[in-house]
Amino acid sequence: MRQQKTNDIILQTATKLVSFIILLFSFYLFLAGHNAPGGGFVGGLITSSAIVLLLLAFDLKTVKSILPVNFIYVAAVGLLIAIATGAGSFLFGAPFLTHTFGHFHLPVLGNTELATATLFDLGVYLVVVGVTMTIIQTIGEEE
Amino acid sequence: MNNFVILPILVPLLAAVLLIFMNRHIMLMRIFSTAASAVSIVISAILVQTVFTHGIQTLTLGGWKAPYGIVLAADQLAALLVLTTAVIGLLVILYSFRSIGEKRERAFYYSGVQFLLAGVSGAFLTGDLFNMYVFFELLLIASYMLIVLGGTKIQLRESLKYIVFNIVSSAFFVIGVGYLYAVTGTLNMADLSVKISESGQTGLITVIGVLFIVVFGLKGGIFPLYFWMPGSYYAPPAAISALFGSLLTKVGLYAILRVFTLIFIHDTGFTHQLMMWLAMLTVLFGVIGSIAFSDVMKIVIYNIITAVGVILFGIAMNTPASIQGAVYYLIHDMLIKGALFMLAGTLIALTGTASLHKMGGLITRYPVLGWMFFISAISLAGIPPFSGFVGKLKIAEGGFDKGETLFSVLILLSSLLVLYSVLKVFTTAFWGEEKEIPGTARRSAKGLLYPAAAFLLLSLLFGLGTEWVSPYVNQTAENLLNPEKYIEAVLKE
Repeated sequence: MRQQKTNDIILQTATKLVSFIILLFSFYLFLAGHNAPGGGFVGGLITSSAIVLLLLAFDLKTVKSILPVNFIYVAAVGLLIAIATGAGSFLFGAPFLTHTFGHFHLPVLGNTELATATLFDLGVYLVVVGVTMTIIQTIGEEE
Repeated sequence: MNNFVILPILVPLLAAVLLIFMNRHIMLMRIFSTAASAVSIVISAILVQTVFTHGIQTLTLGGWKAPYGIVLAADQLAALLVLTTAVIGLLVILYSFRSIGEKRERAFYYSGVQFLLAGVSGAFLTGDLFNMYVFFELLLIASYMLIVLGGTKIQLRESLKYIVFNIVSSAFFVIGVGYLYAVTGTLNMADLSVKISESGQTGLITVIGVLFIVVFGLKGGIFPLYFWMPGSYYAPPAAISALFGSLLTKVGLYAILRVFTLIFIHDTGFTHQLMMWLAMLTVLFGVIGSIAFSDVMKIVIYNIITAVGVILFGIAMNTPASIQGAVYYLIHDMLIKGALFMLAGTLIALTGTASLHKMGGLITRYPVLGWMFFISAISLAGIPPFSGFVGKLKIAEGGFDKGETLFSVLILLSSLLVLYSVLKVFTTAFWGEEKEIPGTARRSAKGLLYPAAAFLLLSLLFGLGTEWVSPYVNQTAENLLNPEKYIEAVLKE
């Protein structure tokens, strides 16, 4: 069969714009998780969907040169963060996975409530991104 | 509040994650996973001693009080099993160095083993039914990965069956948890026990109890639900089979023991009668399988099924003696199955075949292996000075106390057939004419034998040191038969 060279200019241009909007939305969902629907899991899935869109519009090699990370290690780092936030409570003599929060005055945002549960969520986020991308890349690379 | 309780889960979990980063350096992975397992053994041994002197240890995760948050509760049963798990983990890792092969080691093998150990320890320690489900999934997903690792044809075929059956049983687990939550409104095991004793064990709760027998029976390999086991334990390399054979089915049995001594205890007539019949049929089909095959691995695998039946019979009798016996036999069987799988694996590695027809006269070349196999065989059958004896004796004693004379006699008679099946391996493989083994030169079995020897030594100590072990086992049985202590420890204040 003759391979026809296609021109994906519309898809690629749209992707360049849309993927940033998706990434922004995923960060919003990730940070909103405490008081509104969202959190690490959905945030992570939507971040990987942005990367999957890049994979659809371009190819595996291009995306690997944009994001030169091994996603297995991303998942492992996420696990490590999640475990560390749980075990961090040992330092304060509290039971495993005890979380705390405090009010801080930040330069731009003003008075902000920061909770350690967000760090646990960051771990979940990284695991979800790492695992999803590992699955998709591994299947994509199969000959 | 006692953070020590979580360490037997946390150490292997952390080790598993750190091992992911080391997957290029095989030596580093070996050293690190050995060290992590050694640390877990020390921690679990301290936990056993703490529970022995200070009673049940609990930890409320996140500081949320018992019925609302997740509780980890280490009673003596959980602590002893966690210690046994840590020991098995270390020995299997040591056995893997010589037997598993570099290709598999690079493919995150040691991470998988540590994840599995974390899942098993978690399932033993948790005090919450849904959390138990989560730890079951952790250990099952690690086991899916280990069973298929390497990707040979037989592994792919058998892992498919294994995964399908386990997903079905996990779905039933969730359904059972859902029903129980709908009826009682709680998932904490101690709180469940209180709620059910207040409202009385209605017919619906007994039905849920039977559903849990089905779920844990599928995990543990009880009579009509063991059909996935012979194939899927046959497929992976011997080190992984040893890990599965000594840990995975025992988690199912532990769950049955826990659930039927803590939650469904008010209407034991039907459920325990059912368990007794299932136990007898499990023993029957186990011994039939182990006699019928002339394949070393298959014989060992069917002996797991027999042992599961014997332990289930002890649980079903529900007398102080039989529960003690079940605990003895549980620990004995975890150790001896590890030893037998390693010895069978060594035998296969040396001869290049699993079929007994192609072996013979190995005792002249490998006397140490031969006599080790002999000792583990008679220990498996429960000849007095060895470790299988006390457990089976107590289980039979419990059966006689309950008036189930016929079944107790059958349990004792099953030992003969177990002995026959393993001595068949010994007599045909090690005695007789030496047979030519094509394509294999004279190989040394040294590195493979040390972990098996350590297993055998522990099993011997467990048998000979019964006097020394018995206070711990007595405490276990006492805790199991008086769930008030467990409930009080978990729901205090």
